[in-house]
Amino acid sequence: MHRRVFVKSGALALVTMGLSPSFLKRAIYAQSRLAKAPRGKVLICLFQRGAADALNVVVPHGEAEYYRLRPSIAIPRPTNLAAGPALVGRDAPASIDLDGFFGLHPALAPLKPLWDRRMLAPIVAVGSPSATRSHFDAQDFMETGTPDVRATSDGWLNRYLAAKGTCAECDARRSPFEAVAFSPQTPRILEGPAPSIAMTNLAEFSIRATGTDVERLEALYRTGSADLVHGAGAETFDAVKMLRAANPAQYLPQHGAVYPSSPFGQSLRQIAQLIKADVGVEIAFADVGGWDTHVNEGSVTGQLASRLQDFAQAIAALVTDLDDRMDDVVILTMSEFGRMAKQNGNGGTDHGHAGAMFVIGGGVRGGRVHGRWPGLAPEQLYEGRDLALTTDFRAVFTEVVMTQLGAVDGAAVFPGFAPTGGLGLL
Amino acid sequence: MAALPSAADVADVAEREQTADQQIRQALARLTFGARPGDFDRVRAMGVDRWISEQLDPARIQDGATDQWLARFRTLSMSPADLVRDYPPPQTVLAQRRRQEASSPARFDSSARPLSSLDAADSLALREARQRAQLVVDELQIAKVGRALTSERQLQDVMVDFWENHFSIFAGKGAPERYMLASFERDAIRPNALGKFRDLLGAAAKSPAMLYYLDNWESTVEPDRPALTTFSARPMRRRAGVAFRPTPQPRRSGLNENYGRELLELHTLGVDGGYTQADVIAAARAFTGWTIDRPQLGGGFVFRPALHDAGEKRFLGRTLDAGRGIEDGEEVLDILARSTATAHFIATKLARRFVSDSPPPALIDRAAATFTRTGGDIRETLRTILTSPEFFSRAAYKAKVKSPFELVLSALRSVNAEPDTTPRTARVVARLGEPLFMHRDPNGYPETGDAWINTGSILNRINFGLALAGGRLPGVDLDAWAHREGLDTLRADARVDGVVLAILGGEASPDSRRVLESGVNPLAASPMPTADTTGTIASDDDSAPDTAAEMTATARTTPRQRRDPLGSPLDLHGLQQTVGLALGAPEFQRR
Repeated sequence: MHRRVFVKSGALALVTMGLSPSFLKRAIYAQSRLAKAPRGKVLICLFQRGAADALNVVVPHGEAEYYRLRPSIAIPRPTNLAAGPALVGRDAPASIDLDGFFGLHPALAPLKPLWDRRMLAPIVAVGSPSATRSHFDAQDFMETGTPDVRATSDGWLNRYLAAKGTCAECDARRSPFEAVAFSPQTPRILEGPAPSIAMTNLAEFSIRATGTDVERLEALYRTGSADLVHGAGAETFDAVKMLRAANPAQYLPQHGAVYPSSPFGQSLRQIAQLIKADVGVEIAFADVGGWDTHVNEGSVTGQLASRLQDFAQAIAALVTDLDDRMDDVVILTMSEFGRMAKQNGNGGTDHGHAGAMFVIGGGVRGGRVHGRWPGLAPEQLYEGRDLALTTDFRAVFTEVVMTQLGAVDGAAVFPGFAPTGGLGLL
Repeated sequence: MAALPSAADVADVAEREQTADQQIRQALARLTFGARPGDFDRVRAMGVDRWISEQLDPARIQDGATDQWLARFRTLSMSPADLVRDYPPPQTVLAQRRRQEASSPARFDSSARPLSSLDAADSLALREARQRAQLVVDELQIAKVGRALTSERQLQDVMVDFWENHFSIFAGKGAPERYMLASFERDAIRPNALGKFRDLLGAAAKSPAMLYYLDNWESTVEPDRPALTTFSARPMRRRAGVAFRPTPQPRRSGLNENYGRELLELHTLGVDGGYTQADVIAAARAFTGWTIDRPQLGGGFVFRPALHDAGEKRFLGRTLDAGRGIEDGEEVLDILARSTATAHFIATKLARRFVSDSPPPALIDRAAATFTRTGGDIRETLRTILTSPEFFSRAAYKAKVKSPFELVLSALRSVNAEPDTTPRTARVVARLGEPLFMHRDPNGYPETGDAWINTGSILNRINFGLALAGGRLPGVDLDAWAHREGLDTLRADARVDGVVLAILGGEASPDSRRVLESGVNPLAASPMPTADTTGTIASDDDSAPDTAAEMTATARTTPRQRRDPLGSPLDLHGLQQTVGLALGAPEFQRR
């Protein structure tokens, strides 16, 4: 019986080589995964590492305290509104008004059309309930989804993946590109038992060999024991073949989308290529650094402004490029914490508490700012210095995995967290 | 002084679960960065236990050739201050140019020019300055790779790598950091790598590299608390034509908990070591005033009483009396080094490095007991681990997945490569996910296999093996190696045996062996989509981020300059092909 399968599948060479039957079984099984994956929902998580200064990203220009706390780095009130004290005598760029109270940093102008199309939902005063002001701890907590619990071994995106597929049948249908991170190592958020791919460049995702050597290398990984190395190796060859068949490089940016040439811009361009190539991407992850603005943060221009410009241009290009596929896509941006409400002595800001997130997509209830604003008056600040937290990041994450990805059990992804009702983001 | 193997040792060798040959391979795989040709026979001739004893006592091992090779890299022996002077940060170079212009009568208009406005001459000067400053990091990486490749004191270098990762420091933390790292390795880590843990901990605590990286140099008594002495701000003197601006001394900006926290969590007790946030704050207060004398100029450790919190502190149940100075920090280090939690944490990490990702608790307990009994003697703690039945158990054999650094070094050592005098090999290690001295977070690189192995990393590892076999790595001469090993005169099938022996320690699975020796393409007639001739995917641009260049933010090379050894496909035949396949095999990913 087995022998007939061999002959029928034409893999006689394998038999003559005396390779173990398990190799054949796995090779044929792998074949079933190479078909194009059906189009599904996609979540793109973007991590701003270093703690983005939320108060200069989603600017509370209606808050007088904001201008008092940040005399030299505040973003001026929008020019279409009555000039506030910070704007007197100045003819500089200002925040872009959203709702009369909040505005976007002017470098986020590429995102304004998404607000106008109700695809962009900023969330203010959101973040981790942990009091930590350590980048390392806070990123860890945001990626494990378990604030102040350091023993968590897996990331919350991996827990979602692990919780969703529990039958052999669903495992067999899984695409190797189900979860892709554009980073040299698997990010914490995707660490765990469910497989994911970490890469820095699609063009490098191939075996640099010619002739039969690629198949021979594959055979090395499809035979022998079923350990971590062999398992990941088999996934690798599935992914390489699937990618070659789908040839994502043929999907050039469309609809006039222009991605920045920065590493972040190129990561998003490649995420779009993978999505358009229908290789079964459900989760994509990319990160971008440079947000730790302790010194010379700048205001409408400067350090933060140039980071935001790259950030906004890349996201806007992705949305333009994906066009109506954005109906199935949600982009979620995050950063480990916000920064102090008051500027420091070096024209910058030190580590703070609550931050801001963006949720972007065709199905997003955009066009309004989500989250309760706690105010910036001295008695309203967290520990007397930072923007207070009114939305737990797990409430956002839970709503996204349940509504966008269809997770059944939010508590399996965020153990110990019980959301107190939906936020109405999606 | 270690004794010659006694009858008892010999009995041990026979009672261990691993065969005699496996014990030799195990020892070589864990105490070195991989076996070189001839190592196996040398260890067998000496006896595995005696060889382990010798490695535990590196002073007894001659290593003149490596020292001679290292002597050509002058930054390695320089002080931070000399490095800053000779390889100044680009911004300093630019500032100097501005001052020269301002004082030059030929340029009336230049004094007002901001640093951000660059003319062509500035750009050229900046580029040169960046390349010069980059040399400081390059030589650190070159030396680390070269030492691991050629040093006879392999265990010492494995331990230097272990401690550098334990006390992980990011060279890109800020402009001064890179100038402090040569001294960190040379003066703090290497002399203490097999010594007393307290000495190592103290050397790390006082190293400018650590003080800068974990911000302790900026941590001061809170403005509303009593300092040890009254603070007298030194007047800033303005002197025209001075090469460097006077570096502002840390203001009394307040407490920074960064070092205090990581000292407990990562350097000593471990995250579950039974301390509280109050202990973190007490530790941070104890170390106030431990700072750097002008870090921008590469200054050394200094204790500044005016910045030290003189109040009473409660740390891990002990009281540190009010009115003390540097003794506060020293006592905190004493307490931590003597803690059983520290003994357990260090024993766990050592066992994880040398035995398996989940080391047996009984072994950890014995190693921790040795640590405590010997007053934190690293050599003796290690001896407990390396002579244990668990180390020579079947479960521990080939149980570790190689880190990228270990993968690259073991491949280079297996083919007897010459050391690379350029940073190219280090950049390959970076491409595989482990840029040296470039781990951002203080937790260091992972020590377990699951963190290193994913779909993308296997691909890069395979491509690395192909690149090495194809002659794209500096210092590799396969023909010379094959000739020395007598492989070039063998018939094809015997040559496969030779490669399996040299690279895979003679241990390929039957299936792998067949794949290596067979000229038949195992999947040729299968229904799967076969590879096209190149296996590559066309790319519409070449602007992809390069890990190494991105990590070393100052290294701006064009794609053409990089010449990525893992870049384009290789057409391998004969010996090269067999070596490429063997290096790409799953067996080679383990040690």
